[in-house]
Amino acid sequence: MNKNELLVRVEGLTKQFGTLKAVDDLSFSIHRGDVYGFLGQNGAGKSTTIRILLSLIAPTSGTVELFGYPLKTHRKEVLRKIGAIIERPDHYRYLTAFENLRLFAQMSGCSSKREVLMEKLDLVGLASRAESKVGTYSQGMKQRLGIAIALVQDPELIILDEPTNGLDPQGIADIRNLLLLLSRSLHKTILISSHLLNEVEQVATRMLIIDKGKKMVEGSVDALFYPSEMLVELETDAPEVCFNLLQQSDFANASLNQKGPLIELQIQKQRIPLLTRFLVQNNVGVLGIASKNKLEDYFLKLTSANQHVDPYSN
Amino acid sequence: MWTLIQIEVFKIFRKPRTYIAFAAVLAIVLLIQTAIYVDGRKYLEFVMKDISERFDIGGNPVNGYFVCFIILQTLLIHVPLLVALIAADMIAGEANMGTLRLLLTKPVSRTELLFSKFFATSVYVILLLLWIALLALLGSILLFGTDGMMNAKSYEVVLINENDLMWRYLLAFGFAAISLIAVAALGFLLSVFADNSIGPIVATMSIVIVLTILSTMDIPFFQEIKHFFFTSHMIGWKGFFDMKVDADGNALPGTIANSKAILKSAGILVLHIVGFVGIAIGIFNRKDILS
Repeated sequence: MNKNELLVRVEGLTKQFGTLKAVDDLSFSIHRGDVYGFLGQNGAGKSTTIRILLSLIAPTSGTVELFGYPLKTHRKEVLRKIGAIIERPDHYRYLTAFENLRLFAQMSGCSSKREVLMEKLDLVGLASRAESKVGTYSQGMKQRLGIAIALVQDPELIILDEPTNGLDPQGIADIRNLLLLLSRSLHKTILISSHLLNEVEQVATRMLIIDKGKKMVEGSVDALFYPSEMLVELETDAPEVCFNLLQQSDFANASLNQKGPLIELQIQKQRIPLLTRFLVQNNVGVLGIASKNKLEDYFLKLTSANQHVDPYSN
Repeated sequence: MWTLIQIEVFKIFRKPRTYIAFAAVLAIVLLIQTAIYVDGRKYLEFVMKDISERFDIGGNPVNGYFVCFIILQTLLIHVPLLVALIAADMIAGEANMGTLRLLLTKPVSRTELLFSKFFATSVYVILLLLWIALLALLGSILLFGTDGMMNAKSYEVVLINENDLMWRYLLAFGFAAISLIAVAALGFLLSVFADNSIGPIVATMSIVIVLTILSTMDIPFFQEIKHFFFTSHMIGWKGFFDMKVDADGNALPGTIANSKAILKSAGILVLHIVGFVGIAIGIFNRKDILS
């Protein structure tokens, strides 16, 4: 797998609906093997961008290249290599899951043999309900069937637009595990759009944050959220003692702060083992250390969401 | 393309809605056949009331061919409404279900998809007509037997021999197929504009009903313009049951009185089909799929 190979290249993409600019001069790229998180608030332009990538919507201006080909002139060749779910998972309710899958396999020109299709249903955990009509399926099952349909042509790039919409916590966890399986074991390149930040944080390797159709930031998750200097939260069996010890140590800095039983501290990642050793040597039991570098905080800082007023705050 | 057509036909016949039309046709045909079976003679007297004093009617006038003709006169006005149920749902129904965007993310062109949907709709129309033929023609022949058929027109009666009828029915059903496919094409075109099938179904039905009413009104203006309504040409199938006459006024078996008019009507209907489907494809290819 060539991780430098560019699968998606978008340059200066703009889509205007009347007076509304849904996507505004957007540029980004996705490499083979990426799990690319596409983040933004509702209405930020994520779905419009994804629909343009799938040629459901024509862009007003800009360039879209997939697998090295311009989408406009190589639509069929490009779509042969892409599996997608766009927002809600919609299928033919009057057909069974197997019939739905077979139909899309035939449309994609790939094998519609029973054993091949049952493998896909098995992968998403629907093999036992293959002959049930989709009308009887729960939202989570429909979402999983959507993923099976996206996988039916064994795509190189999987595009998932809000794949956890309307799912309960178990359903969200199932989809997360499936995405991890697809990226780590089956080496698929995945573009996942969502407004559920912690979900994307758990699976994405690179990400793009957009707001009002414009790019805010693009880069690797590690570089963006796990810089060498990080804010951690310490939980110990003696918070007062611990706070005093740290104040007098070379770990002390302006960020050191006690919040009830917890202590907040800005520290370089490689110094965390030293910190735990220091506390243990001073008879302070470390119950836990958690990173406070959350995507949500980062996202709120970047987007206009931080301008919203919390109605419950004083 | 062939695979796409097969898929679309499969989808049509797995939809419960599809069978409404088949059930409706069965109900109407059975009701008409039962009514004629019970009281056919009286019905014949009513139809022939203007000329019955000058004619002595013998043989089996209320036979299968005659009953089929009556059924077709009734049905072929209303079947377009049943066709609209499926045709106008072909794209709008998919948009409403959310499956249209899924279809369009697969490696098929929009034109191919639309053509396959239209061909599948045409297959449905033809199967519906075969169902009508089976019930109305073969069913009536079994129930009422065969004989020559009387086609009572405003000022004359056309008597057609038993052995001169079957080919006329075959051509009439062929013509009816073109008529109904024209209605399907209209429903199909309207379906491209909507994200919900109710609108295009009602719009198709309304257009067919309004144009049919206008073309039957005796107001000179409407009589002038009715030739431009495709609905006026849909009754062209009746022309197959009219014969040429010789200089002595004798009907000539095996002939059609005005085949040019029938061909012209068929041509106009085909032009409508090409026009409606062409416009639908043109619009669909430029449409942003937002639903």
